[in-house]
Parts: sequence; C-alpha cells; structure tokens
Amino acid sequence: MTFSPQLEARFAELLTHYPEGRQRGALVPMLMYAQDETGAITQELMEELAKRLGITTLQVDEVVGYYSMLHKKPQGKYHVQVCTNVACMLRGGAELYGHACEKLGVGHKQTQASGLFSLEEVECIGACSWAPAIQVNYDFHHEVTTEKLDQILEGCK
Amino acid sequence: MQVKLYNPPSPLETRVISKRFGTPDSWRVDTYLATGGFEAFKKVHEMSQDQIIDEVKASSLRGRGGAGFPTGMKWGFVPRQSELPKYIVVNADESEPGTCKDRLLMEHDPIQMIEGILIAAKAVGASKGWIYIRGEYRYLIDHMDSVLKECYARNLLGKNILGTGFDFELYTQTGAGAYECGEESALLESLEGKRGVPRIRPPFPAVSGAFQAPTVLNNVETFSAVPEIIRNGAKWYADLGTPRNGGTRLVCLAGHVERPGVYEVPLGMNMLYFLNEIGGGMLGGRKLKAIIPGGSSCPILSAEECDLAMDYDTMAKAGTMLGSGGMMVMDETTDMVKVALRIMRFYNHESCGWCIPCREGTTWLRKMLARIVDGNGSARDIDLVGDLASAMLGRTFCPLGDAAALPTISVVKKFRPEFEAYVAKNPFATSELVQVA
Repeated sequence: MTFSPQLEARFAELLTHYPEGRQRGALVPMLMYAQDETGAITQELMEELAKRLGITTLQVDEVVGYYSMLHKKPQGKYHVQVCTNVACMLRGGAELYGHACEKLGVGHKQTQASGLFSLEEVECIGACSWAPAIQVNYDFHHEVTTEKLDQILEGCK
Repeated sequence: MQVKLYNPPSPLETRVISKRFGTPDSWRVDTYLATGGFEAFKKVHEMSQDQIIDEVKASSLRGRGGAGFPTGMKWGFVPRQSELPKYIVVNADESEPGTCKDRLLMEHDPIQMIEGILIAAKAVGASKGWIYIRGEYRYLIDHMDSVLKECYARNLLGKNILGTGFDFELYTQTGAGAYECGEESALLESLEGKRGVPRIRPPFPAVSGAFQAPTVLNNVETFSAVPEIIRNGAKWYADLGTPRNGGTRLVCLAGHVERPGVYEVPLGMNMLYFLNEIGGGMLGGRKLKAIIPGGSSCPILSAEECDLAMDYDTMAKAGTMLGSGGMMVMDETTDMVKVALRIMRFYNHESCGWCIPCREGTTWLRKMLARIVDGNGSARDIDLVGDLASAMLGRTFCPLGDAAALPTISVVKKFRPEFEAYVAKNPFATSELVQVA
C-alpha cells in the first residue's frame, strides 16, 4: 500500500517520538492521518500499519473499533457534526440537528447517496461558550443558527 | 494561523494566564519573550529540584483538569532515582461537557504552557514529553506543531535549551475521539497505541505512567499557571485565591447567560457575582433554575444553592465540584428531565465498556430516563434511576461511572417534581398496573 510522500514523511517523523521498541505509540496518530488521505480505515490499511508497527491486524482493528473518529465506511466529502450535548442543547443544538437532518435528508451517521454530505450527532466538541457549535470536517463553526447552517452548507460544494 | 478572541474580556477578570489572549501574534516566540517569557525558566535554573517542587506546593496550585489534586504534591511523587527515563504528558483531551478553555490557552499562549512543561521537567528530571490533544482539535494540533517547530528553531526546546545544559523533546499526539482518554491512565494507554481503557491504580502515573516510566501528567491550564508562579513567587499566586486554593482559573460560562465566554477569575469568587457581573446575568432576564458548576460530571446546584464561593473546598462542602471549570447555567424554562437524559446519553456513549457497573449502569439509566421522557415512565422508575445511579457510585473501575452517577442522583433529588410530572402524564403509570403488566 502506498501513501503520499507527505504522509510517509509524517509517519517517519512520528516513529521517532517514542522510546525504543515502543513504536506502537504511533498507531492512533497514523490511523488518523492515514484516514484523512484514504477516506476510511480499510482492511488493507490496517494490515499495512500492523506490518509497519510489528503488531497483528487484530490489534489494529480493536483500536479502530474503540475511537469514534476512526471509521471503516467513507463519509461524505463534507462531514457535518452537530453537537447536542448540554451546553449546545441549552442554546438550541437539538433543533439545529433536526434542521440539519431535514436539510440534508440523512440521519445520524448517514451519508447522502451523492457522497457530498454526511451527518453525525456528536458529543461535546469543546465550544460550549460559543454554543451551539458544529464542525464540518475539522472546521469549527460557532453560535450557529439555522440560517447560518444553511449558509455553511450552501458554501460546501 | 489567525488567532482571535472568542468573547470580549470583562474588566472584572484577573488575567494572569490569559493576559496575552487576543494580543497580536501572542503565540509567537518573540511576543512571548518580550512579555516576560522564559524568565521563570531561567529562574528555575538556579533552583534545586526540591526548591521548584516546594515553590509549586506553596502556591497551592491544584489540578485544573477536574480532580483538583495539589500539583506540587503530584510532582513530588515522582521518584528521584529511576532506571527508566521520566516523561511529561499534557492532558489536552478537553472533553468534559461544558469545558472549552484549554483550547484558548493552546491557541493564544501555547509557549506559556511549554515553559510550564519545561519547569515541571526540570523539577522531576524528565527529558521528553507529549501533548495529547483530542482529535477534534486538529487545527490546534497543526497550530501546536508549528509552535513547537519555532521553539526548536529558537532553542526553547531540544538540546541545551538557552545554554542551560538542559535537554527536552516535546511532541504532539492526537486522540481519535474518546472522552475516556481524558482520564489519565486511559490517556496513557492511548499514547501507547491501544484502546483507551483505564489502568488499575496503584501504581499511579508518577511511578509507572507513559511506557511504564515515571510520568508527570497534568492539564493544559495547570502547566500554563506554572511560569507565573515561579516568576512572581508562590505567595503572590496563592494570595490571589483563598487558603488551599491558590491563584486564578479559567471558567467557561455557557448556557442561558447574556455573555457566555471564557473568563479568568480568582478562586473563591462568588458564583452569582460571576454570573451576574461578568456573565451579564441571565439570558433575557429570565429566572435562574440550576447551575452545573464544573462540567457535566458535577452534581447540579439548584438556584438557591448557587450563592457560594468558587473554590475547591467550598464546592466540595456544598456537595459538588469545581471540576474542569465548565459552568452551564440553566433558566426557568429548562426541562431538567431532558437534561438528565442528555447527560446520561453522553456517558452511555462514552463508557469504554471495560467494567460492568459502568457499561450496564449507564445503558439502563439511559433507557429508564428515555422511558420517562417518552411518557412511558412509572412512578417507581424515578426511584429506580436514583437507586441505580447510587449503586454505581464508587463501584466502577474509573471515575467515569461516578461522573455519570453524580449529576443523575442530584437531578433526581433536587428536581423530583419534574420527573413526577412526566410520569403523571402516563395513564398506565400506577404501580398496580405495572405489577399486572
């Protein structure tokens, strides 16, 4: 399996961060950065990382299964994450999530047939004082209203 | 990277660790050095390890991540002699609902935290460290990577730092979406490339932490407070707060308030004063109903209980916690049953599944609370929710179980009529019918 030169450089750098013989420490970052490039965690990717770190594919798989940001199915080009945890809920997060469902025509952890948008109701993303907040891919949007959400989605093409 | 303030500061704040927030290029080395940066690092060069630790102890700085453990004491637990190298780990997993302060510290003043890390490293004799940042904060990981790069280039990290003969390597490490990884031992498991499942303790991280070596593990805000403590002296810092509760802390104000935001205030400030004077009072002038004072793991306070000083000891006496500083304010229109359900949905989602009381307890509590909200609850469900939460308390492998139980017990106790009102709407709720069914 081949990666971009940038990702290979990042992997090489990562492996220097850990004590001798403990390179498995790079697993979670490698999965995160690789997923950004491949779009999802594939069997092939897990086998490749297992080989590089000298662990079994099963050991990689159990880690993938644990973390909510690692996913085996590709998400939309724009992954819309709406926080509905308490701080956001108090400022209309649940209504915002309902609006996003309606607008995008998909529900929690679903992707549009076109592959453009996917939606997820997420737990606290650390934007409580500027609630309600959403993330589109890694970008934060604060104090989001339904109108502002429409504009954000409009800008994603 | 563009760094802007998220909320206008209040003139009533005491800005010690947030004083550079919002100033141009606040995250650059030159700005930091021009505003007192690394004076503390140079000062500790003349101090012994014990002197540094004693100074931090005397400041009565307590962990800002949630537990409030005295920082100097934690550093003192690291064995002086060790065959293994020693490490520093920064908990930047900021996931406690209601908390959004570490983000600002890393965004606006990352080098202050780095200087704090270096001082801790000198105090315990560590030579390597990781900043474990939650995966959702990718922009901050990229930001921090560029800051580290500049620090290496300017010899604030790496070999022979500023000619002191002290070496230190610092890296970022990304999380991948797990609240549990904010728990220190689960964080260490994640750092080692495993599932974020907590470890049994003792041994504590000070003795056996990252890669089984002695490790100092503190929150971003805790490390960020250290340079000013050393620079201005422990007494100066301690005197900002109340006895045994030194200094200032960032409070993240959220919910039904006029001016939500992150504000730095001395420990011991009155909660209602903070809410009304700094936070601008209740949103739309409505009436206060309840406050979650320090992240959703804390027992909730009803309006009449909120007239108290925000320090660790006063809060503990009032039966709650100062926690991570995530203050969520609720007005009279808030449905407390729905709040209880939302909190439990969170803990149920985030329970790592390792121990049964937490995994099953949070699942059943979520189901029972959902049943009540959906109008299918019976009177005995209310008691059952309180009883089950109490049964979880202190019986789980890590504090996540307690964090789920504590707010639930307090909401049921303090807002029981709201639960009863939900149940009263269910025509099949009488105990006789339930028993027949």
